[in-house]
Formats: sequence, structure tokens, C-alpha cells
Amino acid sequence: MTGLDLDIRHDRAGFALSVRADLPASGLTAVFGPSGAGKSTLLRLVAGFERAEGRIAFGGEVWSDAGHFVPPHRRRVASVFQEPRLFAHLDVRGNLAYAARRSGAEIAPVVRDLGLEPLLARRTAGLSGGEAQRVALARALLTRPRLILMDEPLAALDQTRRAEILPVVEDLRDRLGLPILYVSHSVGEVARLATHVLALAEGRLASFGPAEEVFADSAAAAAFGGEEPGSLIAARIIGMTGDGLCRLGFPGGEILSPEPLGPPGTDVRVFVRARDVMIALPRPEALSALNVLPAIVRGVVAAGPAACDVTLDLGGSMVRSRVTLRSVRALDLVPGRACHAILKSVALARE
Amino acid sequence: MSLADLTPFWLTLRLAGLVTAILMLVATPLAWWLAHSRSRLRPLVEAVTALPLVLPPTVLGFYLLVALNPSTPLGGLWMAATGTSLTFSFAGLVVASLIYSLPFAVQPLQAAFAEVGRKPIEAAASCGASPLDAFLSVGIPLARRGYLAAAVLSFAHTLGEFGVVLMVGGNIPGQTKTIAIAIYERVEVLDYPAAHGMSALLVALSFVALYLLFRTNRREARG
Repeated sequence: MTGLDLDIRHDRAGFALSVRADLPASGLTAVFGPSGAGKSTLLRLVAGFERAEGRIAFGGEVWSDAGHFVPPHRRRVASVFQEPRLFAHLDVRGNLAYAARRSGAEIAPVVRDLGLEPLLARRTAGLSGGEAQRVALARALLTRPRLILMDEPLAALDQTRRAEILPVVEDLRDRLGLPILYVSHSVGEVARLATHVLALAEGRLASFGPAEEVFADSAAAAAFGGEEPGSLIAARIIGMTGDGLCRLGFPGGEILSPEPLGPPGTDVRVFVRARDVMIALPRPEALSALNVLPAIVRGVVAAGPAACDVTLDLGGSMVRSRVTLRSVRALDLVPGRACHAILKSVALARE
Repeated sequence: MSLADLTPFWLTLRLAGLVTAILMLVATPLAWWLAHSRSRLRPLVEAVTALPLVLPPTVLGFYLLVALNPSTPLGGLWMAATGTSLTFSFAGLVVASLIYSLPFAVQPLQAAFAEVGRKPIEAAASCGASPLDAFLSVGIPLARRGYLAAAVLSFAHTLGEFGVVLMVGGNIPGQTKTIAIAIYERVEVLDYPAAHGMSALLVALSFVALYLLFRTNRREARG
């Protein structure tokens, strides 16, 4: 089955968006980039709220091209926005019924899954941000969508509420297998949620592919903007060391994490910030950092007047390192050079 | 007040009620378009719609008198269809009042639709609602305060109109003699007690309508 095929151009008020990508039919594709990159516009075009030049197709069905336009209500695309956009004249039950009546979906299972029973009779105005967003997610599911669009659904929530909603989004991705297009400018969210990443910068596609590849792609640097770049490493938990460290195996070797990340055999993804990766030529001795791994330099790109991003190959996993231009010259870091990567800290991105 | 004095009163209520009902239907699509259109025609349509607000009623009444008389296409069509003249008739009053009170229906609705905005409509479309469905099930309910204001203002404005009615309708008892005309007529013959009675009735009626409007608005605002 094919997913969302995009080949679009959209010019409006001095802003041009141009994207060509074939998105997968399942998993969560993060649309990532700084504000003004065109992320929300892209979502509005996919939803059908605005019309683009070019072509949008989903599962082989053309939604928009030169002579053809499927209106939003016939696309079976659910949208979840930054603000929940619940219908103020209806209570929670009414909001859910609004979607269910038009799709034939059953309300009860969704209400149970999202724990909404206590809210059903409430007015939408009295809901907290997290509650309202849960209702909005439920309403989106009750449209029986083929594709879910989420436009920074966590941006208006505080840390605690985010922690409530994130697992719900992960559940949608994994249990329902629905393709999700998820707009975010948070590296943390993208690292945790995304199976694929579509990196946008100034209306152009900077990089697109599986999350690990895009995070390692120096072409995606523009999409990171002021956000701190980093890399994702897919690994599997091997077990614990005698002194309480968690052992993670991946093709590039073994990583130790002071955090207990899960039972052995669990597939995890860890996030390493580029500035937490140091480079040494001979293997350094007597170092406090635990994770020193052999690596090969694959690329070097400028990241500011005095800094560079060095892409390191750790047994097939690409990891970015943010170092100074001076270090690049001093160590003569050119593609093909063998060295050692020192990972100062790693964080769990996703189970 | 004698029973005869109530005829203008009932006539006026009938006129205002009918005009308000028709205006809600006519003003809804117009206000919706004005609230959402990006067309260059919009300011033009807005200006035309607002004209009755600034024109002296006699000017409006004069042009309506000219436009509705049986020698014009519209007046002729009406004459052919009903055998009566649009001018100096109740039907003519309804047409004139529709135009005269149009801005009082359109402007509150336009403001209400603009306040509702596109977001709830887009949310409705995401839920599978067609544009008409979304408008009926989300747009109108969310704009209900605008409807209340539009209805009350159109009704009250039609209730009190004088100049246009006099120009287009004249002063035919039971046909075009509205309460405002009747009061004027009583005053001309120095029948102050009758003028008092009808005026007081109009004041009371208008006050009650506005009071109910503001009270409902307050309740809505408190939610």
C-alpha cells in the first residue's frame, strides 16, 4: 500500500512552499523545521483547507491535482491542532458524537481507551488543556481516519500534560498502525515519536527519510535552526552490568547508560546531542566518559563561523558531532579518517 | 385605547415579524459571504448593504416608491402576478422594510460569523461534515448570539420606521398604517392621549425586547 504522495508547490504572500516526497503508509512522519518553514501550511494542504499546485495523492487516490480536488470532508483525514478546537456549543459527548455520527464509528471503545468516561457530560469550556486535547484526539479517531494530521498538539501543554498525551500518540502510531503526519519544532518530540522525518527549511525539503538517517543528514541542519542537533541510534538492551549500568548493543558496539532503560531484548532508540559527542584520534585513556567507540569520519559541514558538524560512522549508525573548526583542522578530520567517538551522555528517545 | 387603535399595532407587529423572519434567511448567506470572502467586491457589497444606515429614510423611501411602482419591471411583475400595486400596499411595505432594516440583520451576523472564524468550520470538515452541514451544525449554533442580536435589532428597527413607510405605503388603515404613522396622525389632530398610549406601548415593547437581548447575552457570556 502506498502512503501520501506529495509533489506540491504553493505560493502565498511572499512565501513559497515546495515539497516532493512519498510518505510511508504507516508510522509517524514528523514534519520538522523552525517556525516559518511551512510545516503548518503543508498540513493545511494535505487536509484540503487550502489548495496547492501540483499533486497530492493518498493510497493511490488523487486528492488534488490540476483538474481535480477532493474537499476536506471527503478525504477522511483527521486533524488535531495545537488548540483542541472542540465545538463550544456541544459538551464532550456531543463533540465525540459529532464525529461518530458522520463516520459510523463506535464511541465506547475510544472513550474507554482514552479514559474519557468521567468527562463525557462536561462542557468543553471547563476542560483543562490536557483533557481537551485528549477529547480532540478521541474525536479525531472517531472520524475513522485513513490519515491523522497533528499540528504541534503538545505545544500548548505543560510538561506534565505532555507526558500524558505522548503515550496516547505512540499508541495511535503502534497499535492502530495509522499513518500520522506530525508537525513539530521540538527535537525531543521528533526523536521520541518519529519513524520518518520530513525536514523543512524556508519552504523547501531539506531532508526526508527514516528518522535516524535524517538526524544524521547534514543537509537537515537548516531544519534544526536554533534547535540543538543530535543523532538517533537504534539499539537493543542487552542487560545490566554489575555496577548498575544498562548495556545497549548496536552494530557500532556497546553503549552504557546510567539509566535503567528496560528489560533485556527491548528495542530502544537513544538520542545523542551533537555537542555531547567528542572526537579523539587514538583511543583516549583514563577518561571519565564511559562510551568510547571506534568511528570513521564520513563528512564535515560548517555549522556557523567557528563550528563544524562532523558525521561519524559508528558501524553503520551515523552520529553527528559538533566541534570547532580549529579542532577539525588540528585533527585533520576529513572523510575516511578513522577516529574515536566519545559519547558524553545519551538519552532514551523511545522504546 | 379603543379596539380601533390596536389595528396599527397588530399591523406593525405582523410587518416586523415577517420582515425579521425573511431577513434572517436573506442576511445569513450574505453575512457569511461578507465574513469570509477575500473578494475585491466585498467592500462594494458592504457599502451597498450599509447604505440604509446613513440615507435619510425619505431618500430611501422615494427611490423605493419609484422602483416599486407598477410601471417598473418589478412593480409590473407584481401587478401582473397579484393584480395589486406594490406601492401603497402591505407587500410593498415588507419589501421596503427588508431593504431598510437589512444592515441591522447583516452587521451583527457578519460580526458573529467573523468571530466564529474558520477554525471550527475546519474542525467540522475534519469530522466529515460537508460545508453546508458544517455551517448548519457548527456555524449557526456558534453564531447564535449574533442571530439573537440581528433578530431583535431588525424587529425593533422595523417597528419604529416612519419615513420609508410614509413614502412607500402612505397611510391606509389596516394596510399600511403602522403604529409610527398612527402616532404621527394622532399628533397632527392634537389627539395627545391616543398618541401617548401608542407611544408608551412602543417604548415598553422596545425596552422589553432590548432587556431580554442583553440579559440573554449576559447569561451566554457567563456560560
